Amino acid sequence: MADSTLPIGSVIDLTPPGQVYGTWLDQVHDWVVTVDHKKIGIMYMVYALIFLLVGGFEALLLRVQLAVPHNNFISPEVFNRLFTMHGTTMVFLMGMPLIIGFANYLVPLMIGARDMAFPRMNAFSFWMTALGGLMLYYSFIGGVGLQGAGSAPDVTWWAYAPLTERAFSRGHSTDYWALSLIVSGFGTIGAAVNIIATTLCMRCKGMTLFRMPLLVWLYLTVSGMILVTISPLTAAQIMLVIDRYLGGHFFDSQAGGAPIVWMHFFWVFGHPEVYVLVLPAFAIANEVIPVFSRKAIFGYPAMVAASCGIGLISLSVWAHHMFTVGMTSAQNAFFVLSTGLVGVPTGIKIFNWIATMWGGKIRFATPMLFCTAFLAQFLFAGLTGIMLSTAPWNWQLHNSYFVIAHFHYVLVGAIVFCFLGGFYYWYPKMTGKMLDERLGKWSFWLFVIGFHMTFDFMHIPGLLGMPRSIYTYEPGRGWDTWNMIVSIGAMIQGIATLVFAYNLVRSYFKGPDAGPDPWDAWTLEWATSSPPPAYNFASEPVVNSRRPLWDLKHPEDPDSRYE
Amino acid sequence: MSTSTIPLAHGAANEEWSQPYHGTVAMLALIVAETAIFTIFVVAYIYYIGKSISGPQPRQVLELPIFNTVCLLSSSFTIWIAERALKKSAMGAFNLWWVITVVLGAIFLGGTALEWKKLIYHDGLTISTNLFGTTYYSLVGLHASHVIIGLTMLLTVLIFSLAGKINHGHSRQLEVLSLYWHFVDAVWVVVFSVVYIIGR
Repeated sequence: MADSTLPIGSVIDLTPPGQVYGTWLDQVHDWVVTVDHKKIGIMYMVYALIFLLVGGFEALLLRVQLAVPHNNFISPEVFNRLFTMHGTTMVFLMGMPLIIGFANYLVPLMIGARDMAFPRMNAFSFWMTALGGLMLYYSFIGGVGLQGAGSAPDVTWWAYAPLTERAFSRGHSTDYWALSLIVSGFGTIGAAVNIIATTLCMRCKGMTLFRMPLLVWLYLTVSGMILVTISPLTAAQIMLVIDRYLGGHFFDSQAGGAPIVWMHFFWVFGHPEVYVLVLPAFAIANEVIPVFSRKAIFGYPAMVAASCGIGLISLSVWAHHMFTVGMTSAQNAFFVLSTGLVGVPTGIKIFNWIATMWGGKIRFATPMLFCTAFLAQFLFAGLTGIMLSTAPWNWQLHNSYFVIAHFHYVLVGAIVFCFLGGFYYWYPKMTGKMLDERLGKWSFWLFVIGFHMTFDFMHIPGLLGMPRSIYTYEPGRGWDTWNMIVSIGAMIQGIATLVFAYNLVRSYFKGPDAGPDPWDAWTLEWATSSPPPAYNFASEPVVNSRRPLWDLKHPEDPDSRYE
Repeated sequence: MSTSTIPLAHGAANEEWSQPYHGTVAMLALIVAETAIFTIFVVAYIYYIGKSISGPQPRQVLELPIFNTVCLLSSSFTIWIAERALKKSAMGAFNLWWVITVVLGAIFLGGTALEWKKLIYHDGLTISTNLFGTTYYSLVGLHASHVIIGLTMLLTVLIFSLAGKINHGHSRQLEVLSLYWHFVDAVWVVVFSVVYIIGR
């Protein structure tokens, strides 16, 4: 169906957006003081993309250093800082803002609301997050380290005690790390509270919980998880700050404090955090796969149940990061089994996505390409995850490159791929311009090739015993070739990211107009113009099924008849 | 196309449509997050009971703050009475019970201050003395900081109310505030049990 005939005239406001007046300074002011969920969402995303480039650049420096044995491309101190900053950046300054940015932009539109439940708190959350990121990176200039020479944090992103105590980490670099995570954590908790209140209280008429798009369901789950995962991190960081500034002894082994307490507190946050990041990726797949398979999602209630199940189970798996610490065998067994259990709802999801594609009229536009690659890669990542969650296997491979390869498979192969798909899918809605398909295909194939070169082959040096976080290694251990391949793959991924970034900028100025509904989709965000006006919908929509736009386009055969 | 006049609505337009108040939902969500923070501090406290390698130990210096506890817990009751008065637009009763709530909260805070003064100057226990000091001041201090935040909000409401700016139309908002206050009280029950009963 062509866009111009979309029968959504009653909701859509097709008055062309007014001329933008004022100097560029006025416009900057407009963005800084805005409480519009769409503008805040876009600011989150831009912020995340900038840090994607920064964190990616740090990763490339690390890979250059590791490409050949006995390399001295960067100094060991810089190496430690870079992998600490790479991890912290990618999780807290790229991942979290990215998922919250998409939630900000999409959740109110998808449930037919005018804005988030608390628009000003929304702006506050964003600026807290932004402050956290700036503070962390300011440490490069301001964080006086050992003998006035150091700068950025170098205690790794999981920052095990007692390395972070005053006695071992002098100067202020660790303080920058702890404080910036506390600050951005407050922003994240604020955003989660906001998403929950929006979802439960701001839905348009007829949008019952079981008519919400799956993306909204997943964000509801994720927000609930954020409340109980980011908070422990905040608490642990407060303890660390108390130790460092007030002379406390929480993690001070000299005074009876136990470093293992930090490990537990950190991973109580750290493992659910992975699911906090990956569930939004699932959310995007849930929207993209049905639209490009031209079928309604298979097993909607099972998908909702599986999401909530993942959310719950993931809270009880954290100590599979700690098998080598020396827990009792009962504890080991518990965490092996609970981790295995996560595979069940995850498997349900994978089968439902395949069933959605099965027999569909699949269109392989760029968003769908990314989501299809996600399916295969996420499956593989899950399989190595089950291997690593088996205690004896873990004893062998803990802290090796096998672990790095596994979690990058999840973080890049699943999360980054889905979010790139999400950008290609919703960019037309956000800007009113289509992203270039040819560049999109280039970025996709470059990314697939680079990704598999890097992370498939990274498993092997891990199996051969290469530990993580090492500065360099000796030749002749059988790691050399693999590391070279991995580094080349990383460069290709870097190029793919640049192609994507170029596409974003170029299409903003030169892309063809998108129209309100370029993909012939079914959820409410496509029922308003692109980009949507500040008030979203000219009149409050009323829905009768999970696919309100399908009902509109096909009044002879509405979904509401079958639900 | 002939369907262009169909609005994005069919039968549902006349159905009842009610959703929970977003303030209440947000406060409950915030309470969940706060509970998680307190849980971590409580777990640390329990884990470190008896692990201090130097004195003073809890049994030597801690006294049961019974009066404080009674004051704080009864403030939960008085704020509830104040809320009921507000719903009936009995502004005099509302102001009275609200003031009593504030006073009870302030007594609790003052009691904590006196307790800390005794611990610091008489018993020589500071946050850096030993593990007990670290965990005790962190947990009780975290709770006390929540009492301070709560009291600030209660006082703000009181100022508005005395200026005549509060009426029964605000009862929903004040219910959200009292939810927070009930939470602060409930947390004290846990802190009290852990610090003064289990830990002593």
